[in-house]
Amino acid sequence: MSRTRLTRDDTMKKCMRCTKPATLHITEIQLGQAQVVHLCETCAQKYLSSTEVGGMPSMQMEDDEAVSESEAEGAALAAEEVEEDSPEVSCGGCGITFKQFRSVGRLGCPQCYTSFHDDLQSLLESIHQDTQHVGKCPPQTSANTLRHHELMRLRSELKASIERENYEEAARIRDQIQVIEAQAASSGESPAE
Amino acid sequence: MLDFEALTKSSGEWLKGVGPESDVVVSSRIRLARNLDRFPFPPQTTDAIRGEVEAVLRGPVVEVLPPGSMGYVRVDPLETLDRQFLVERQLISREHSEAKGPRGAGIGPQESMSLMVNEEDHLRMQVLRSGLALDECWQEINRIDDELQQQVNFAFNEEFGYLTSCPTNVGTGMRVSVMLHLPALVMTKEIQKVFQSMHKMSLAVRGLYGEGSQAMGDFYQISNQMTLGKSEQQIIKSMQQVIPDVLEYERRTRREMVKENRSKLHDKVSRALGILQSARTITSEETMHLLSSLRLGINLGLIDGIEIPTINELFIHTQPAHLQKLSGTPMESSDRNAARASHIRLRLAPVEPTSEGA
Repeated sequence: MSRTRLTRDDTMKKCMRCTKPATLHITEIQLGQAQVVHLCETCAQKYLSSTEVGGMPSMQMEDDEAVSESEAEGAALAAEEVEEDSPEVSCGGCGITFKQFRSVGRLGCPQCYTSFHDDLQSLLESIHQDTQHVGKCPPQTSANTLRHHELMRLRSELKASIERENYEEAARIRDQIQVIEAQAASSGESPAE
Repeated sequence: MLDFEALTKSSGEWLKGVGPESDVVVSSRIRLARNLDRFPFPPQTTDAIRGEVEAVLRGPVVEVLPPGSMGYVRVDPLETLDRQFLVERQLISREHSEAKGPRGAGIGPQESMSLMVNEEDHLRMQVLRSGLALDECWQEINRIDDELQQQVNFAFNEEFGYLTSCPTNVGTGMRVSVMLHLPALVMTKEIQKVFQSMHKMSLAVRGLYGEGSQAMGDFYQISNQMTLGKSEQQIIKSMQQVIPDVLEYERRTRREMVKENRSKLHDKVSRALGILQSARTITSEETMHLLSSLRLGINLGLIDGIEIPTINELFIHTQPAHLQKLSGTPMESSDRNAARASHIRLRLAPVEPTSEGA
């Protein structure tokens, strides 16, 4: 578990990740040990986006991003292909096909969401710019699911606060995320994605 | 059973013209879409199954209606006129009125709540309040939803949330809308800028009766479009951050109009009142237009002696089905125009003609 403290000033220190002057100084307190990271604004955004505990600054994150972007493109292409190639799959619950859904715009039954999962996922991404529910859940929902949703919600808030350049808030949300991730780990659950 | 006679003569809480920001905000509304987990969605099924769904939900719906509720009504056996009346009243949606097969609606106290069974989803629940009152709407509808979930299982999956007939509602199933009266922004054509900025924020702008309806009487509903990936509180919060800017924009424009040409504006709103008080026949469209000017005039203190709730009520009571219910007989369009004019004259019986206004 860690606690993050963030200060902002223009000392003469250089960013630990690039050559620009460091303007944000992030103190990570972990297992009683304090570790200070000096970063420029650009690198701080990336650093705070990564919620891994004590993730040391390196160039690795940018590489990861490059990979995931091309992966995402590949997935989108694949989704389009699936859509065109498999119009005959029909829902086990109500019998409608994805093609029929596309023509009327209404699904047949709750099970359609499972039957057409992959096609719907890309459709939902374009409608809602998101594919994961983080709101209210039925009363019988397990603690793990609730924690998972809370994490998803906090991650989207983290992203938004970094976009708004509110790094103090970002650091606070990042701590909350780490607390919940630690809870998940101690309850024997693998970190949810 | 619903008492249409009493309904015709009254008006709902949300038209009272009170509540926060009521010079611009007419009402706040939150609706939730829910479905039973073991049944096909209403649009894609048979009347027999719609009947089963109605039978399963009717009991729980009646049970969760708060004390003082107006009761549960089966919508399918109603005459077209009565269904239209409920639509004008915003107690059921147009889709619900036009849907097929067994369906009904539970109506809460003072028309502030409506639980529609077998609309596009098995259950569409909405709570209405006058003025800007989204937190209150959420508390109430969330409580009703909690109570219902003690009795029935709603279709839900951990990835996509509450499952709905149309994927545009999946997740929270929540639509938050605020009805605004924006006459100054319409007159100055600044409203286009509001449309653009709402669009950028993925908020929808619609007319008085929701999707696809015309913006009658300068009324606009602003609502969220995205229902997945944000919590209910986040959706409400982002609306609460946006709305004050629109309100301020409308108020500023009103102030500028008064400052720049008070006598012209005073003339315009007074003429509107004059026509409404003396016309012998009037269309729905002209009525809406003139009532909107009148409402602006009252809010700016240019017209005395008429209350905002009277105007709000006239917006609803001058619509076709209301006029026919009030007169107790079906009427052709030309008869309705005469009945409308006479109803308005009665409700706006002149204040002292000596009043010079401000």
